[in-house]
Amino acid sequence: MNKPLPAFSDRSEAPWRQHLARLLASPSAIIGLALLSVLLLLALLAPWVAPQNPYDLSQLDVMDGMLPPGESLTSGFTAWLGTDEQGRDMLSAIIYGMRISLGVGAVSVVFACMIGATVGVLAAYAGGKVDAIVMRIVDLQLSFPSILVALILLAVFGRGVDKVIVALVIVQWAYYARTVRGSALVERRREYIEAARCLALPKHRIVFRHLLPNCLPPLIVVATVQVAHAIALESTLSFLGVGVPVTEPSLGMLIANGYQYLLSGTYWMSTFPGIALVIAIVAINLVGDRLRDVLNPRLAH
Amino acid sequence: MLVYIIRRLGQGALVVSVMASVVFLAMYAVGNPVDVLAPPDASDAEKLLIARELGLDKPLWDQFFVFIGNALHGDLGKSFVYNEPTLQLILQRLPATLELAVTALTLAIAIGIPLGLYAGLKSESWFSRIVMSGSILGFSLPNFWIGMMLILLFSVQLKWLPAGGRGETVNILGVPLSFLTWDGLRHLLLPALTMSIYKAALIVRLVRAATRETVMQEYVRFARAKGLSRQRIVLVHILKNIMLPVVTVIGLEFGAILAFAVVTESVFAYPGMGKLLIDSINHLDRPVVVAYLMFTAFLFVIINFVVDLIYAVIDPRVSLVEAKG
Repeated sequence: MNKPLPAFSDRSEAPWRQHLARLLASPSAIIGLALLSVLLLLALLAPWVAPQNPYDLSQLDVMDGMLPPGESLTSGFTAWLGTDEQGRDMLSAIIYGMRISLGVGAVSVVFACMIGATVGVLAAYAGGKVDAIVMRIVDLQLSFPSILVALILLAVFGRGVDKVIVALVIVQWAYYARTVRGSALVERRREYIEAARCLALPKHRIVFRHLLPNCLPPLIVVATVQVAHAIALESTLSFLGVGVPVTEPSLGMLIANGYQYLLSGTYWMSTFPGIALVIAIVAINLVGDRLRDVLNPRLAH
Repeated sequence: MLVYIIRRLGQGALVVSVMASVVFLAMYAVGNPVDVLAPPDASDAEKLLIARELGLDKPLWDQFFVFIGNALHGDLGKSFVYNEPTLQLILQRLPATLELAVTALTLAIAIGIPLGLYAGLKSESWFSRIVMSGSILGFSLPNFWIGMMLILLFSVQLKWLPAGGRGETVNILGVPLSFLTWDGLRHLLLPALTMSIYKAALIVRLVRAATRETVMQEYVRFARAKGLSRQRIVLVHILKNIMLPVVTVIGLEFGAILAFAVVTESVFAYPGMGKLLIDSINHLDRPVVVAYLMFTAFLFVIINFVVDLIYAVIDPRVSLVEAKG
């Protein structure tokens, strides 16, 4: 009863199933999903799959520092991606870094999405002055590049994983607010909302149970792309030295660390974390790109 | 029209001043610049002297009102670190950043529009598929990492291009420009390329989508039925009509490039505005940070305004005066 019946469709399948089928019809989306699953698994199972705990100092040996890829460590195993200046296995550092990068990206998007969607749907439903004021704020915020806003926020907050997440939420909520408001304005005029109003349902119920679920498709597309954006932004901020602390290095932080040794030709310290980062972002973008086509009503038929 | 311009400028002034106040109060609430500026062995009395000299001993609100008073006279304060007027510091570095941004944008347009047009006209060909996959890669590559990889390839391995700095400049009307010297151009190429890849990917996708919509329009079919040459249809009928979204995005992206210069300039140690901002944040040089952001906000207001004006010139259907809400 929350969803309008597909009046002109005789298919009995649930819409999300059709979407899923169409998503999986694209080879690039499958590649993206597969890559993403592998990375997620690696990140979740980091303590079990990484050859070494890169932050357990007792496992590190400075004698192993700056080994090129393929050399053996004193503790026996081979560092396929080389080691950093403290003798840390880069592969393990990347797996642990992936954890932080994906985590920061996902958590910030979830919060930004919830806040933005709520604000957007309320603005659209309320209309009038509230809507005008909210959208002015959104426009204002979106007219400044997120990197600058986040940079200043973090300069004020200081370093920290939690602070990076807060900064990312602050710079991202406006995207969701604008997206949801746009589709809510259209949905608001549909019959099912009118019907819900005629039933004298409470306002919050109409807004959150009837209006919001029908604004989800574009929101999902934006959210997918924004995860990639959030991960890239976090790595950039960490590279600039205002992001995550040295004790919890994300992929961006690892790359920043490698930057100091770039000119001496120690390529592996910055190249491999970067490749891992790019794989993660490309995988998300491949899925997002296909989702956009699948969920776009203009191209649906 | 005049009313419109005045209203826009009024809004712009409001944005810049609100922004300045927020940033001022936020920046002044964190850290103690005296600790950064004073020599490590300075006594408390010496520190107090420095604080008094910089006006940091006064309560926050007093500092804020002094700042507003000065700002209204066009004085954005002096840098703690360089002891020079902040605006002067920023303007000294503006040409370098503008040069970088313009070069990057030119590269992005030169790459993006032809590829996007091709991918839009022949969307099924294998080359188009490669272009589209490439564009996904293009906007997935983090800016700073591309820069580092370019340095690794062209500076460290091949030793063709310098890894950082700005190189030789010539003064044209008192503005130091580097793209007129061979050395300057060599220094400019890698950072500009770094910044242009993301934008090129964006323009490719935009142009492709716009082209695909445009070729299905009546007037294109009519032009074809009239027997016009393919070249003329593409270059006049299609290209002209897809320029509207392209110009908007290019205009807005110009602002984003200026902001992203912060990252690229850090990677290449390029002496522009962005590098100044990062250094100032690290040194708690508050007046420079505030002035930089005011200046950038001002630039953004101008850019948005110019984009809207160009909009009206390109598309006669757009009317600025009635365009509201």
